[in-house]
Amino acid sequence: MALQFEVMGRFNRARASKLILPHFVVQTPMFMPVGTQGTIKGLTNNQLEDIGCQIILGNTYHLALRPGAELIDELGGLHKFMNWKRALLTDSGGFQMVSLLHLADITEEGVTFQSPVDGKPMLLTPEESIQIQNKIGADIIMALDDVVRTTITGPRIEEAMYRTLRWMDRCIEAHKRPDVQNLFGIVQGGLDPVLRDICVRGLVERNLPGYAIGGLAGGEDKDSFWRVVAQCTAALPEDKPRYVMGVGYPLDIVVCSALGADMYDCVYPTRTARFGSALVPEGVLKLKHNAMANDERPIDSTCSCMVCKNYSRAYIHSLITRDAMGSQLLSYHNLSYMMRLSKDLHTSIVEGRFPEYVRGFLRTQFPKGDVPQWVCNAMEVAGIDISPCILD
Amino acid sequence: MRFVVSKPSAGKARLGALYLGGGVAPPVETPALVVPTRRGLPSFIPKDLLEHLPYPDSLLLHLSPIHFMECPSTKTIKNIGGVHQMVGLQDRFFIASPSDSVESLPEYGGTNKLGATFETPYGRRLVNPKDYMEMISATGPDLWASLADEVPAWVTEKRSKLSIDRTLKWLDDCLSLDQEKGASTLGAVVGGASIENRKKCATEVSMRNVSGFWLGGFGLGENIEERSALLDAVTDILPEEKIRFVSRLGLPEEVLQGVAAGIDLFDSTYIFHLTIGGFALVFPLDILEETPEARSRNSSGNCTKINLRATIYRKDTSPIVEKCSCYTCQNHTRAYLNHLLNVHEMLAQILLEIHNTHHYLGFFRSIRRSLQQQKFELFRQRFIESRRAHLTEAIPCS
Repeated sequence: MALQFEVMGRFNRARASKLILPHFVVQTPMFMPVGTQGTIKGLTNNQLEDIGCQIILGNTYHLALRPGAELIDELGGLHKFMNWKRALLTDSGGFQMVSLLHLADITEEGVTFQSPVDGKPMLLTPEESIQIQNKIGADIIMALDDVVRTTITGPRIEEAMYRTLRWMDRCIEAHKRPDVQNLFGIVQGGLDPVLRDICVRGLVERNLPGYAIGGLAGGEDKDSFWRVVAQCTAALPEDKPRYVMGVGYPLDIVVCSALGADMYDCVYPTRTARFGSALVPEGVLKLKHNAMANDERPIDSTCSCMVCKNYSRAYIHSLITRDAMGSQLLSYHNLSYMMRLSKDLHTSIVEGRFPEYVRGFLRTQFPKGDVPQWVCNAMEVAGIDISPCILD
Repeated sequence: MRFVVSKPSAGKARLGALYLGGGVAPPVETPALVVPTRRGLPSFIPKDLLEHLPYPDSLLLHLSPIHFMECPSTKTIKNIGGVHQMVGLQDRFFIASPSDSVESLPEYGGTNKLGATFETPYGRRLVNPKDYMEMISATGPDLWASLADEVPAWVTEKRSKLSIDRTLKWLDDCLSLDQEKGASTLGAVVGGASIENRKKCATEVSMRNVSGFWLGGFGLGENIEERSALLDAVTDILPEEKIRFVSRLGLPEEVLQGVAAGIDLFDSTYIFHLTIGGFALVFPLDILEETPEARSRNSSGNCTKINLRATIYRKDTSPIVEKCSCYTCQNHTRAYLNHLLNVHEMLAQILLEIHNTHHYLGFFRSIRRSLQQQKFELFRQRFIESRRAHLTEAIPCS
């Protein structure tokens, strides 16, 4: 195990912690920006440091295709290759099975898919995923799981869950650098509480450095989503980090943190930036909209990032979808927003004012008091009274 | 605006110091690069990264007011406080001219007596002197060129003469609409590929109350051999003490040609085009200090630029240029840039534009140093020789 996890503050199920990783000490709850191909789209490393980014995520699948794991290894690992001094996390390549590869064939041995570069069939086994991730050298690596869409039902979910457990053992066996890289297991089991329970218990028995809750954020309804998170966080050990994969909407992050999750990743903030949307406390601001063309205000007057301090909505409107600079500036702002959200969650928990923070957040997002029912349900489980935010 | 100019040696090349912004900022030494921008910012370098570029070398930025024709409105730009405020660069200086070589191309066919036409991403736009002055007044550049009718080298004598008449008339129109009465105005000098017309235009513009001159209509089809005579014809007439800004002479050889003719400021989309193509500038900047052995080594093996897309950089862990102090070279390898280009990541262009701008500013610094040492002609000669030498060889990296 190459990490230390210290809980610094709690409110009911929510926790704020310090996670000591080989390359950097990070604070949770935290959002991890996705740098798929060894770069966060449109931002330099020093900009990422300036906005307080502690860890970034690389996609094993993409990196293995280009520039290739051997090359990264030969040049000293991904940290050195991209000259990123802070922490890194790589996924297993498993998620791309459902997101990119319609022709993937999943068997007990692994996943066979067509290489998008040269069309040759490629086999990704648990052993190979770990081997590649060992070469990339991130602080946290993920076990290969059998990912299925949460929206499907039937025996395939059960098969995938058991297979994920079997592959877990193969991953542990294949992991050659446990002293410098932390292998996280992934809880699968669809929306079925029984299957999720079996999976959690199976993984906890294996005493891993951290645990992820996978298979979510794939189009399931929100009530099912938070119930799975709540069930898993309740059953996972207190002294290990918990990572909800693929979650990136600010509201989801607040809810999951209240339920005791620590880490999140999503392409949403940077992707939506490239499409011209800015994240603001009230929700989303569409900079492409004609109303922005002559709006002299900053994106968010409460934000102190470089973009909000210097640029008007009108100017960014003139750039967006025309110039790369539009994407650059909006990505910078959106990630700054996510970093601020993470920091605020952490600080409010440490300072014992987490419920107030959550209420303030919900009041700003839902000024009319129309907080969605699923959020109300989740907050009841999290033991946070949000009744002042709800108006009839 | 104040400009102090001196001529270090017999030729026409000059050294100058441009004082802008009421003397608070350090002077900009000329010959200087006016860093190209798109809507006021370099294509890929936002405010925080711009601060990594050499200072005060990077103080001058180019502005094409035409870039803001769609939005924001001139009223909004004015309310925000002009271009400096709008792009967050209060401590930099903007020098405006209507056209550029990327998004606002002069379109002489559409130009008529009412105004000049530009090819923009939103279609052709006719701009009359009144519109133009409204844009200038809203954006508030530190220096601005008057509206010109730029024509390519191949137009008829009649059309060329017409372009001079229009350009002069528009200069007078601009001046009459200018609240500062020409204190920040660069009078536009055109005249196509005819020495006589160039002379005529330069003579007329010199008589106007302007603070300097903008030389337009270059880089539009005239050949490089005839260009020196055209430049000389103009600079022979222009008063020595006023600054001269030329557009579209962007390649290193063209800049040297311009400096030799007595030009002080250059805008250049060279950096942009290199960056978009995946190229990085690598030519040596200290060719005067080099030993003859190093020179022969450079001229035989070195290139002006390298294409970082090439597979030979796949595992190259060296920076683009050893000892380069730019952010890119201090932090990243050729191998990483090669990867970023291969996977079409935006960071490639960001890092390349930083390096290329840094390197090109260094090139201008070398030019100034050679002028100070009264060795400009030697510098120019060696530079061109080393470029020619590489052209005659089979170079794997270009």
